[in-house]
Amino acid sequence: MADTVPHLRTEALAALAEAADDAALATWHVRYLGRKEGRLTGVLRGLAQLPVEERRAVGAAANALKAELEAAYEEQREALRRMAVRQALEGGSVDVTLPPRPRARGRLHPVTQTLRQMLDAFRSMGFSIVEGPEVELDYYNFEALRIPADHPARDMWDTLWVDDGTPRPRSLLMRTHTSPAQIRVMEQHQPPIRIVVPGRAYRHEATDTTHEWMMTQVEVLAVDEGLTLAHLKGTLLGVMQRLFGSERRIRLQCSYFPFVEPGAEVAMDCFNCAGTGCATCHQSGWIEMGGAGMVHPEILERMGIDPARYTGFAAGMGLERLAMQLYGVPDMRFFYQNDLRMLQQF
Amino acid sequence: MRVSLKWLSEYVDLHLPPEELAQRLTMAGLAVDTVARTGEWGRDVRVAEVVAVTPHPNADRLRLATVDVGGGERHTVVCGAPNVAPGQKVAFATAGAQVRDGHSGKPAVLKPAVIRGVESAGMVLSERELGLSEDHEGILVLPAGAAVGTPLADVLGDVIFELSVTPNRADWLSVLGIAREVAALTGVEVREPSLAYEAAGPPVKGRAKVEIEAPDLCRRYLATVVEGVKLGPSPGWMQERLVALGQRPINNVVDVTNYVMLEIGQPLHAFDYDHIAGHQIIVRRAKDGERFTTLDNEKRALTDDMLVIADARGPVALAGVIGGLESEVTERTVNVLLEAACFAGPNIRRTSTALRARSEASSRFEKGLPPELAATASQRATKLLVEVCGGRALAGAVDVYPRKERAARVEVTRARIAQVLGIDPPTAKVREVLTRLGFTARWVPPDRYVVRVPYWRPDVRIADDVAEEVARIIGYDQIPAAQLAGSVPAPIPQPLRDLRERARDLLAEAGMQEVITYSLTTMELLARVLPKEDLAIDPPYRVVNPVSAEHEYLRPTLRASLLQTLASNLRYQEGAVALFETARVYLRPAIPPLRDGTAARADRPAGEDALPVEREQVCGVVSGRRPDRWGRPSAAPLDFFDAKAYVEDLLHGIGVRAEYVAAVEHGMAPGRTAELRAGGTRIGVLAQVHPDVAAVFGIEQDTYLFDLTLDDLLPHASHRRTMRDVPRFPAVEQDIALIVGRETPADDVRRAIASVALVRDAQVFDVYSGDQVPPGKKSIAFSVAWQADDHTLTDGEVAKAQRKLVERLRREFGAELRGG
Repeated sequence: MADTVPHLRTEALAALAEAADDAALATWHVRYLGRKEGRLTGVLRGLAQLPVEERRAVGAAANALKAELEAAYEEQREALRRMAVRQALEGGSVDVTLPPRPRARGRLHPVTQTLRQMLDAFRSMGFSIVEGPEVELDYYNFEALRIPADHPARDMWDTLWVDDGTPRPRSLLMRTHTSPAQIRVMEQHQPPIRIVVPGRAYRHEATDTTHEWMMTQVEVLAVDEGLTLAHLKGTLLGVMQRLFGSERRIRLQCSYFPFVEPGAEVAMDCFNCAGTGCATCHQSGWIEMGGAGMVHPEILERMGIDPARYTGFAAGMGLERLAMQLYGVPDMRFFYQNDLRMLQQF
Repeated sequence: MRVSLKWLSEYVDLHLPPEELAQRLTMAGLAVDTVARTGEWGRDVRVAEVVAVTPHPNADRLRLATVDVGGGERHTVVCGAPNVAPGQKVAFATAGAQVRDGHSGKPAVLKPAVIRGVESAGMVLSERELGLSEDHEGILVLPAGAAVGTPLADVLGDVIFELSVTPNRADWLSVLGIAREVAALTGVEVREPSLAYEAAGPPVKGRAKVEIEAPDLCRRYLATVVEGVKLGPSPGWMQERLVALGQRPINNVVDVTNYVMLEIGQPLHAFDYDHIAGHQIIVRRAKDGERFTTLDNEKRALTDDMLVIADARGPVALAGVIGGLESEVTERTVNVLLEAACFAGPNIRRTSTALRARSEASSRFEKGLPPELAATASQRATKLLVEVCGGRALAGAVDVYPRKERAARVEVTRARIAQVLGIDPPTAKVREVLTRLGFTARWVPPDRYVVRVPYWRPDVRIADDVAEEVARIIGYDQIPAAQLAGSVPAPIPQPLRDLRERARDLLAEAGMQEVITYSLTTMELLARVLPKEDLAIDPPYRVVNPVSAEHEYLRPTLRASLLQTLASNLRYQEGAVALFETARVYLRPAIPPLRDGTAARADRPAGEDALPVEREQVCGVVSGRRPDRWGRPSAAPLDFFDAKAYVEDLLHGIGVRAEYVAAVEHGMAPGRTAELRAGGTRIGVLAQVHPDVAAVFGIEQDTYLFDLTLDDLLPHASHRRTMRDVPRFPAVEQDIALIVGRETPADDVRRAIASVALVRDAQVFDVYSGDQVPPGKKSIAFSVAWQADDHTLTDGEVAKAQRKLVERLRREFGAELRGG
């Protein structure tokens, strides 16, 4: 029983200061504070052999030393940890300007992105999204929209006819617009109706920078009590402001489509020059969006909807032209060439 | 339609600058596409007369034209136009003139040139070189009356509007119709052309007969006769106007008919009276197979749904479309029978389309002209024939008008106008607008207008048509923008669409690029990916009038389009390329077989079930090498399992658990093809594209493809996620390696392991075949997590369960523990 408390204290603290890594620290702990072999533990165990009068004083000193050594041990351990972290960081600094680790970039096609924006705007106004077949019957694409065979308005939609097994196929066609869904929806639903119909449409058309034979169209139809040309204007204005900014204005000019009356062409003021004229809008200040109007009362009547009570508006818009504006794409044909160097920019 | 403001101003005072007028017309529905000024050529472009044309000494196609510009000034220049001829008045430019390049159409300054060895100090100009039109076929021939030496600007200086006329407004295909619109928009009066003429001869009735056998196709027919006409060129003013509107002068009689057509919109036809057998006009349907030579010297076979004008012998004209060669007005014509008729629009359109003979006349008739117009035009043209061609008009007209129609009357309530337009214009305003447009509008208190429609507006039939008239003249810009109110309709569910949009998002999020390719393709391209037998038995739908041979067939698969797109991108993409598209494919409907077992296809009804079956497909292609740390292509190529990762990202996102079953698929590499199944049914395929097929597309590297049918996925897709308890007791992780037959699918074994009650999860982490395992065998390593819901498993429990598991795998798969 050689160890006295003060002696042990001096020695232990000196040894602790020498412990420079985790292993030395662990060895130190076993030597002085270990449950089996620890020297201080030995002192405490030996208390029983001491005379009663010493037992109390030595016991208190030994317990105080135990607390002190434990605290010193924790402190030393923390100091070592901090030093290790500091050393690790000092040795391994990174050049923060290096490029990130590559991850595969996936993007939606810019036409899809434009369409999503437009549909979100319509959805927020309570419109349902509906789709229809891309190959249509003449009836839905033309006849039911008041464009019978031999009607001069047929020239407004150059049609791709699908072979139906007859010598002069005129029953199946690639839909020239998504308007047929108007009829298909009104066959199934009574007012109030609010739908948008996105989808591919096809025309027998020569392609150039602003024309494609395949295009994406959005048809809009609302039928309810109290709908007027003013609601058509307000709805389209709302959508265009969502897409192109709240300062946008739209313009209706009189036009003719057999399935609406009154009919209109819709244009939006150019977001690039705000209507003063620039290359984006071909100096006109306006960007054409599509055709629109009030649903012809004869169509409502044929669909079993009372035209004296209900009115409706409809509009059809080409997506590619809007996407061109939105993304500054100079040539419509770029969309379907699918060059990744172009698509991955969006 | 073109209109000259010079001509227009004869009927209406033009107060607005041309651009502003164009804008007003456009907003009101008569779209002015271009405003062109003619006559800004300066003093270097003058009227000249061609005095001689001789061959070019060094070129077959070129000629030398000598022109006289007055004051003794003559030039000989090289001219390539086929129509140059002595006696013509032409537009002649000397060096320094501002013209346009005949090929590029761009402005250019004329310079002296030597053409094939002959010096040329000027130029006889085409319409294109003058900026009048795109016509560069030949030189512009001016009216004979144009004075030699005068600046061209004095002859042709004008403002020309190029208009897009909507098909409902045949009246706008006339200068007078446009004048009426201008008058209504600017609040001025229209000066109608004068119709009165002095009839010097006996009544026409005794000299010509008209019979309408087909009153359903011809509502009215008027014939007048002018005797003793002198054929020749029409007067300069008339030729100028015709030229300004793009019509070539022919002779005075034909020019009068064309002039009146452009002036008031009614096509007319002049017959040589003496070539009409019996001086009798019969308006009838053609006989099937009847043959007849039209004035363009085409022998045409007619059908019984075509309307002809016939005389006692046979057809003399195809009604409203084109005249006949025999009865044509020629320089020997002395007496003229002038037709002014009202033909049924749809019939004219069908005939002119079927015979490919669409004309200025047919394009007006097909839009539906009113019977009253024929009477006005008949008088106007007869008057001009007398004035311009000499001769005397016989009195009156033969006017056959079987069912005279009354002027249309439309009742419009004030409330309806407001109900449609969203504005409620005062009655005075409505009446003013309608009156200015030539309507008579009577206000009948308390609530309605009675509107009488002028004869030239057959397009106005119902109250909403009247509302549009009010709106377009007041201006659509006066209509406010209103927000939708009222109840929002119940949404119409579109689950397939929702699934497709989700698929798009998932694949893009997973790193694939969306493409959109054409729906129409070629048979050759389809045959690269589909079995020839299938294409023969179930041929893809075909467009009969494709825009090009590249886009003829409706695709029954997206694979060819995707591989083609991949190939075109691989030309400049070195790294990984992963593309997908979601689109429809078009399939033949399954046809119930007839009793004899054959399938009838030809006589399918043209109803809803004649439509192709359209299926939503999602197809992806993956190829190239994985990127390294720096994004550059590494040595490691993408493989089957990269493609599978995209598929799994998609399927997991839509809640579908698919089985992958080794399969054989046309165009795909054997042994590297999986059929995907959900609930036992096929939902698609994942495979390496057969290298031979890839090579046909010009792809020389391993390429993987997946092709899923969303319609088939839909029943298995689910949004629902139900939370499972988070484990409260620790799992025991164990690795076991099993030796199984080479052909045993790893996932079958994995699922067997995972099905054990105490196994929470089992994953494959290595597959080995080689020297360390017996021939025909492979080793699969699984990491297995053992776990109980209610207590911490002991080593003994795990060992016992594992022994049972191994025993079971031995029975089911012949599996042995590796090294066990």
